Formats: sequence, structure tokens, C-alpha cells
Amino acid sequence: MNSYLIKRVMVLIPVLIGMTIIVFSIIHAIPGDPAETILGQKATEQSKQALREQLGLDKPWLQQYFNYMGDLLQGDLGTSIRTKTPIAKEIMPYLAATLELTAAAMLFATFVGVNAGILSAWKQNSWFDYTSMIIALIGVSMPIFWLGLMEQMIFALKLHWLPSIGRMDQRDPVESITNLYVIDTIIAGRWDQLWTVIKHLILPSIALGTIPMAIIARMTRSSMLEVMNSDYIRTAKAKGLSQFLVVYKHALKNSLIPVLTVVGLQTGALLGGAVLTETIFAWPGVGRYIFEAISSRDYPVIQTGILIIAFIFVVINLLVDLLYSAIDPRIQYK
Amino acid sequence: MKKWSSLALAAVIGLTLTLSGCGGNNNAGTEGNAGGNTAATNAPQTDSGSASASTQDTLIVGRGGDSASLDPAIVTDGESLKIAHQVFDSLLEYKPGTSEVQASLADSWEVSADGLTYTFKLHPGVKFHDGTDFNAEAVVFNFTRWSDPNSEFKFEGDSFDYYDSMFGPDGSRVIKEVKAVDDSTVQFILNQPQAPFLQNIAMTSFGIASPTAVKEKKENFKNEPVGTGPFKFVEWKRNDAITLDKNADYWKEGLPKMNKVIVRSIPDNSARFTALQNGEIDLMEDLSPDDLSTLEGNSDLQKIERPPFNVAYLGFNLQKAPFDNVKVRQALNHAVNKQAIIDAFFAGQAQPAVNPMPPSLWGYNDSVQDYEYDLDKAKALLAEAGYPDGLPDTVTLYAMPVSRPYMPDGKKVAEAIQADWEKIGVKTVIESPEWATYLDDTKAGEKDDIYMLGWTGDNGDPDNFLYTLLDKDAIPGNNRSFYANEELHTVLINAQKETDQAKRSDLYKQAQEIIKADAPWIPLVHTTPLLAAKANLKGYVPGPTGTEYYSEVYFE
Repeated sequence: MNSYLIKRVMVLIPVLIGMTIIVFSIIHAIPGDPAETILGQKATEQSKQALREQLGLDKPWLQQYFNYMGDLLQGDLGTSIRTKTPIAKEIMPYLAATLELTAAAMLFATFVGVNAGILSAWKQNSWFDYTSMIIALIGVSMPIFWLGLMEQMIFALKLHWLPSIGRMDQRDPVESITNLYVIDTIIAGRWDQLWTVIKHLILPSIALGTIPMAIIARMTRSSMLEVMNSDYIRTAKAKGLSQFLVVYKHALKNSLIPVLTVVGLQTGALLGGAVLTETIFAWPGVGRYIFEAISSRDYPVIQTGILIIAFIFVVINLLVDLLYSAIDPRIQYK
Repeated sequence: MKKWSSLALAAVIGLTLTLSGCGGNNNAGTEGNAGGNTAATNAPQTDSGSASASTQDTLIVGRGGDSASLDPAIVTDGESLKIAHQVFDSLLEYKPGTSEVQASLADSWEVSADGLTYTFKLHPGVKFHDGTDFNAEAVVFNFTRWSDPNSEFKFEGDSFDYYDSMFGPDGSRVIKEVKAVDDSTVQFILNQPQAPFLQNIAMTSFGIASPTAVKEKKENFKNEPVGTGPFKFVEWKRNDAITLDKNADYWKEGLPKMNKVIVRSIPDNSARFTALQNGEIDLMEDLSPDDLSTLEGNSDLQKIERPPFNVAYLGFNLQKAPFDNVKVRQALNHAVNKQAIIDAFFAGQAQPAVNPMPPSLWGYNDSVQDYEYDLDKAKALLAEAGYPDGLPDTVTLYAMPVSRPYMPDGKKVAEAIQADWEKIGVKTVIESPEWATYLDDTKAGEKDDIYMLGWTGDNGDPDNFLYTLLDKDAIPGNNRSFYANEELHTVLINAQKETDQAKRSDLYKQAQEIIKADAPWIPLVHTTPLLAAKANLKGYVPGPTGTEYYSEVYFE
């Protein structure tokens, strides 16, 4: 197990180096000059030239790449060109905001998706099965942008049940410690604020969780159907176990592996930032941060941001792999 | 082992279910337990309920972007300057709602006869937010920081772009020396007279920072600014909100009227408008013209208009044939129906542009007549240029991919123009690459034949439109038309050196005539940027440059 873990961690290194090469090449292949976009029309040619020199953009690519890697290995994640602030310092609150939203969205997606999938498989070919699979199909193809705006229109503007934007009530700001406001409000014991924070989470997490939910529902259903037809389930039924126990205890466990894979992949994808959701709901997450960096050709932020996200993604994948063996003892890592 | 793992799994799933169940239940609970009514009113009350109770002393503004930095000296973007404007004061300021200069930190000023020495008398007893004194030394410290390329207070990544573009880059600085004559007198010695000097001094970028704070906070000053302005900086949550508190010792009597100002970044236009209607914000920037009718139907809201201080235009790429031919440029000028475009895409919130600068700016030439919309004249001019059947090649028209106050939807406007030009036999293909590429391409001038762009004035001086955008000195750079006219250059340079405003005004009028005849552009519109606010918000004076004080704002 330990040697497996070490091996897996070692594999991360070439993966991440590969990432840096890919990101670096893409960034430099797209047209657009950071000096022009960041300093804008208002700056003199002289200061634009100074910026190019300072960024080393006048040097050959290879040299630029090695300079970047050199800084990276020394733990220097770089400084944003646009805000002139170290990225390591800047990115943490964004990551926390995205983490909170992703967690909420995946809770929603997993809970609804897994249960809808189980029920659909259990009551295969029933009206519930048909309806939920149609909803899942719509869910997968739903434009998030439209969904988000509709949610705001209905639940904020018409019904006044929920706030339309942001993470908290700015008139009564949350004291940020971890930048995960759900946790911060619990630490502070501000239950009223916790409730406000949760209300701010509902609409964006539904918008963000809809597509994963639909994917999870479909995956759970097909995986459950396969298991439900196997011999041991027939035995369990023959033993006279209750339907519920058969489905939720015996069948679910064996059908979870593919579901877990999907949940892991989707979590990774959402952590990479959900630009659309973050834009509509004015959520200060990492997706918008990197998106803005791309628009302004803020090279260091793009490079470091994507690298961090790639890192999180591979770590989640590793965790999922490790979970497999917890669920299915037949899978063992040596 | 088996059992344990399945137990653990059950626990994980159970937790998942309970947690998400909780969220769901609570939600359902509020709807259900109160039988609908109380819950429905309950929910918003935590947000907008407290709003109606406490907005009396808190102003919440919603805008599209976030600040890049809070130190006004190192930025040029409007979003950053908007916040800096609340925290810093400059020696002079623009009279609210205009581009006219008036006293601020300097009570009065004198200019020597040769225009080379400016002496400012400073307002006595002003203190920075950190409690230190504002005095002549502080002014000297700031100007030295901006002008000395080796200043130890020019921190990593800093560049003083507005200082360089307004007062000349290193090597050709306009300001030779800044001297503290005594505690409350400061003297500027110039290398050469600069007509818009006072206009420049009043810019937000030249807000005076606390020297003590700059020295102590160093590179962190741009995140924790300290000035003398009406509001003190409290907190900045990036891409989310900036919080400012009242400066209780503000040197202007009775100001600011608000205790607190919170400026939120809400990138999506319609989400921002929803937030305003939902009571989550009190004032919003950049109302989309499409939402104007909704706003006007809502008696709780009001519209605020900024005076037009911008120009949107199509520029010809003069490096490319046949646009090096003035007849062709004039022909296409005749073939754009500006009024129809304004009615269709600006909800009427714009006026047709004739000159490259807005009519509200002094020096504007009223006597210049626009190329009226007349397709027959257009065809005749094309024929004169040697193209009786229209242009043989398809023209690449670059349309802006982003929304700007002067151009909310570049692609639609380009399509309307495309349809008009089709009628005179000019076929176009519209291209709209992503913004960074767009700026690069138009600056290089290789791919585009005609491009769309705009400009918002910085300092209330015609120089900031005509010289900045159309002089040959601005190639390569802001003069993306590659338009170089020696006569125009002489006029514009003379206007820069002249200190008599009436004479300068005449020179700029002359410049506009030259530009009109050469037609390097098709000036399209001057727009009226729109803001929306709660109906009971008062005291907000919209200014032409888009930076306004929140200090006079109050709720009725």
C-alpha cells in the first residue's frame, strides 16, 4: 500500500512537469501582448517596453521557460502582472471560495443524482424512471448561463426567497478566518450568518451541480441495473431480505465504483473553476480569476493558476483510486 | 476488514445524505413550516430587510469589474481609479459633473508669466488617514516617487503610467523640480510650458499618498492605501467587495454623508440589475440600454446619466489600399446611418459623432458639418476614386468583442454598417477576435482594413483626444489608423505649448477641420453611460470621466 502510494506520488512529478510545458506553450502560442492588454491604451510605449523587458518577453522561449521553472522550483509562484501582487497570496481566497461552492454543488449533485439513479434502476421502466432520465438528459444539456439567470429571476427577483449574488450579506460581513464562510460562521458561532451564507450558496450550487447531477444519475442507474441482475442479488432477494436492504445495502455497494469515478472527475472539474456560474453569481472564485488573467494575458497567473488546479485534480484522482480499495476489497494496491 | 470498510462507506454516504438533506430540509422548512407567507418574507429580510433599515448610512455600489490595484499612481484603468478617488485627494479636482478644474488640497495657485513656475498654497490642517500631516513635503515625496526611475518607493512591478503619459516619460519630463517652499507652499518648476498642466494635476492618479504609509507598507501599499480622502480603506476581498469607512476627520466640512461604502464586483450585467431590483445593492454602474424600459417602469429605481465624454469610431487602416485614398474614406463616411444605429442599439442614449471629441469638451468645433447619410453621394465618391462598381475586394471589418461604455455591442453595430455598405457595393467580412488579440492586431495594422474602437477622456483636455489618438507621434500606439498629417501635427504641438486657452481652443478647432477633410475615421457616437440607483438615493453627481465622489451621496 505504502509503496503504491509512493509510486503514485512519484508519477505526479512528470505529470506536473508536462503540464507546465503544455501551459507554457499554449500561452505563448496565442496572440496578444500582455504589455498592450494590461497597461492598456493609456500607457506610453516606453513603459510597455519596460514591462516586456521585466517579464523577459524579449528573451527566447526556452530561456523564458527555464527561468519560470527555476523560480517555481525555488517556491516562487510568481507575481501577477495586472495586480502586481504575489500569486501565492492572491489565489488562496479564490481557491477557498471555489472549494466551498464545489462542495455544495457536489453535495447536491451526489445526493440527488445517486438517489435518482438508484430509484430509476429499482423501478426500471416506470414513469419515475422515464421522468428522471429525461430530466437528466435535459440537465446534461442545460446551458448553465441560462439556468443561473432563470434561478435569479424566479427565486430572487419574483419570490424574494434567496439573494441573487455573492457569498454573504455585505452589510453584515463574515469575519474571514479560513475563507470558507460556512466554517468561519460556525467558528464564530454566528448561526444567523451561517444561515445567510447557506442561502447564498443555494442558487449557484444548484446551477453548478445540475450537470454533474445528471451525469451521476445516469451513471448510477446503469451501474445499478447491471448489479441488480447478478446472481447474488437474486440470492439476497430469495433469502427474503427487504427490497430496500437489497437495493441500498447489497446492490449499491457494488455499483458505486463507476459512480465514485464520475464524482471524483466532476469534483476535479468543478474545482478548476466554473467561470459561468462564478460570473453570473458574482462568486469570487478561481475560475473567474484565471479567466480574467487569460483575457489580460497575465501570464504568471495563468501558468500558476492552471498548475495548481492540475495538481488538485490529480490529487483528487489519487484519492478516488485509494477509495476504490476501501469500497471493493478485491481491489488491492501493492 | 470488509465490515469496517462498508461501515465507513455507509458513514460517508450517510453524512452526505444528511448534509445535503439538511440544506434541502431547511430550505423546504422555511417554505413549509410558515405556511408560505412568513417564510417568503423571512428569507429576503436578512438581506434586503436589513437593507431598508440600515442603508441610510451604508451605500452599496455594484460594478462590472474589480480594481487592479488601490494605489492610483500605478494604474490607468477606470475601475481602480473609481475607488482611489474616494481614498485620495489630488492638489486640484474636477468640479463635480464637469471637467473644469477647482481647488482641492491646494487652496489656490499662481502661474509665472513664462508658464514655467506653478506655486500652490496648500489647505492647512489636513491629515492623512494614518494621522500624519499633509504638507508640502508630502507633495514633494509623491512627485519624486513618480518621477525618479530609481526611487526606492517604486516597488516591484510598479510603473507610473499616467505620470509618464501626462508629464512625459523619463528623459523628456515636463516637471523639472518640485520644491517645498514652506510647510504649506509647494512649487513646480517646469522644463517647458504645458498647457493642460492644471487639468493633469487634478487627475485621480496624482492623488497624494501618505509618505509614512508608503514607507512602512512598501509593496503592500497598493493593497492598503492611505490618503486624505473622504473615505478610509478598510478591506478588499478581490473580485468580491471593497469596504470603505467614513473619514470622520475629513477636511471638507460635513462630508462624507455615508458611514460606509461597499463596492461589489458583479460582472454580469443582468445579474447586477437583478441585484439592484432585489435590494442587494443601491447603485449600479453600466446599465444595459436593453434594461432601460424595465427601469423606467419601476418607481423604486432611478436612472442616472453621465455626460457623454467619449467617442466610438471606425478607423480606416491607411496603410492598406484603397483606404489610403481619401475619396474612399469619405464615401464610406457617407454610407453610415448613425441615427439608425443609435435608435437600434443604444436605446437612444447616444448622439451622432461628427468630430473625434465630445461636444461637451471646450474647443469643440460646432461648425464642422458631418458627412450626411447619403448613399448616392457615397457611390459618386467611390466612382471618383475609380471604383464605380464598388470595391473589388472584401473588406475586413474588426468589430469589438467586448462591451465598453461607448460601445455596448460592437458586433451588432458592425452588422448594421455591413448591411449599409453592401448597398454601395462594399462587401465586408466582420471579424471579432478575443480582446487581447484584437488590440494586438489593430496596433500591428496587418490584418484589419477597418477597425472599431473608442476612447473616454482622462483629463478634460482636447489634447487627450486629438493628439493622443490622431497625431503621428501616436504611431505605433493609439493611432491605429496610421494617419500622419504634418499640418495637423504642427497645429497640435502648437496647441500643447500655448497657454492661452482661447488660442488653444482655436487651434483645436482648426485641427478638427483638418481631420474632417482627411477622414481617417468614421466618428460614430458619443454615448451617455447609464447608471441605475434606488429612487431615494440623492447627491450622486455623475461626472464625465466616470469617477465620482461617493461623499455627497445620501438617502432620503
